[in-house]
Amino acid sequence: MTISKPPVEDFATDFDHTDPVYVADPFPIWDELRETCPVAHTTRYGGAWLPTRYADVSAIAHDTEHFTSRTVVIGNGRPGEDAPPAPMGVAPPISSDPPFHAIARRLMQPAFSPKSIEPYREFTRSLCRRLLAPFTDATQMDISVDYAEHIPTLVIAHMIGFPPEDEALFREFVHIVLEAVDAPVEERIEMFEPVRIYFERQLMDHLENPRDDLTDFLLNAEIGGQKLAPEHVFGSMVLLIVAGIDTTWSAIGSSLWYLAQHPDEAERLRHDPELMTLAIEEFLRAFSPVNMARLVKDDFDFNGCPMKKDDWILLSFPAANRDPEVFEDADKVIIDRKVNRHAAFGLGIHRCLGSNLARMEMRIAIEEFLAHFSTFTLADPDDVVWSQGQVRGVRKALVNIS
Amino acid sequence: MKVTIDPDKCEGHGRCFGQAPALFDADELGQGIVIGDGSVPVELAEAARLAQANCPEYAIEITE
Repeated sequence: MTISKPPVEDFATDFDHTDPVYVADPFPIWDELRETCPVAHTTRYGGAWLPTRYADVSAIAHDTEHFTSRTVVIGNGRPGEDAPPAPMGVAPPISSDPPFHAIARRLMQPAFSPKSIEPYREFTRSLCRRLLAPFTDATQMDISVDYAEHIPTLVIAHMIGFPPEDEALFREFVHIVLEAVDAPVEERIEMFEPVRIYFERQLMDHLENPRDDLTDFLLNAEIGGQKLAPEHVFGSMVLLIVAGIDTTWSAIGSSLWYLAQHPDEAERLRHDPELMTLAIEEFLRAFSPVNMARLVKDDFDFNGCPMKKDDWILLSFPAANRDPEVFEDADKVIIDRKVNRHAAFGLGIHRCLGSNLARMEMRIAIEEFLAHFSTFTLADPDDVVWSQGQVRGVRKALVNIS
Repeated sequence: MKVTIDPDKCEGHGRCFGQAPALFDADELGQGIVIGDGSVPVELAEAARLAQANCPEYAIEITE
């Protein structure tokens, strides 16, 4: 159940990233704000700011002195009520601040280096082929429901050694953490309880039946000769599931949604694999899925904005990536764009840990889709469902295939 | 021409080794490193400049 809220009349003074108008099409809103009120404000969620210029997003992402990552998902609860304190935070390292952040991040970085994700390439390719096979003779499929939503879910389940048959449950966890942000605090804590129980059971199973996967890696990892605190392992596991699923699902879905409306560009990509490297970066820029959040540590004046302690910052990398100050023809999707300093994976010390994995999954998912169908077109552009919350992506989009 | 990466600025976005694998690689943490001493052959000069222009952390430097 969600609290019914009044619709947004003015995004400069009362923005809400869950407003249906914003969910459907945030691009003109960011463009207007950038011109008229580059750091928007709202009293919703107990007070929040939305910078829309690349320079401001970058400045805040790099400033760990004035902004904390203690909680990175905006909700109705005031921080502290339901989150362990900094420096660790609820899901290290994404929720950690310096100096603990560097320790928690370094621990996990080797598992997500390009070399470490290499072994998952073939798994991902055969998974994509397996998902596409039933549609060989079909006339329609949903790019999200039938394809994109399964790919990162099953890849991360494989990496952490969780049962693949529970994949729908993992997406439900993502929904609870990232989308049900309108629910009252008590209700969200209640919703989270089954997540906690499920993870506890899986961690117990790994302790009893050791194997070679990321879960065992975390269970055995040490900081300064000490095993990780149980809440550190739990938090990092939740992070891997939550951050590893709907982000890449969204990126794959948006890319295919775009290509389903531009069959000529899909055809170019079929014949020019080198173009794919540039196209992936352009899809990441133009349809960046992920907004992060920060909290203001103490009262602080940011470029004339009187920020108060515990105000939220909606750190919109997607808005930054559409800033014409930084990107030529920022509003156009140019699949062979050569200069593209996008911030889709964040900026600064919290750069997405799984960016190499995400790119690999995106590339293989798009390659396989292009190889499987000679043409695919969006069935009804008006019948596309986008996700609500800090991760934006296609959740339903039917395409005609042949 | 020579390329260098400032390790204090690099956050491991992977744009350099993704787009110019002949000049850059990743270390065991996934941070960008230059291959060899960073010398850029003439035919890779454009690739080096593009890598610099795409680094989200402005970590790549080129000396002529």
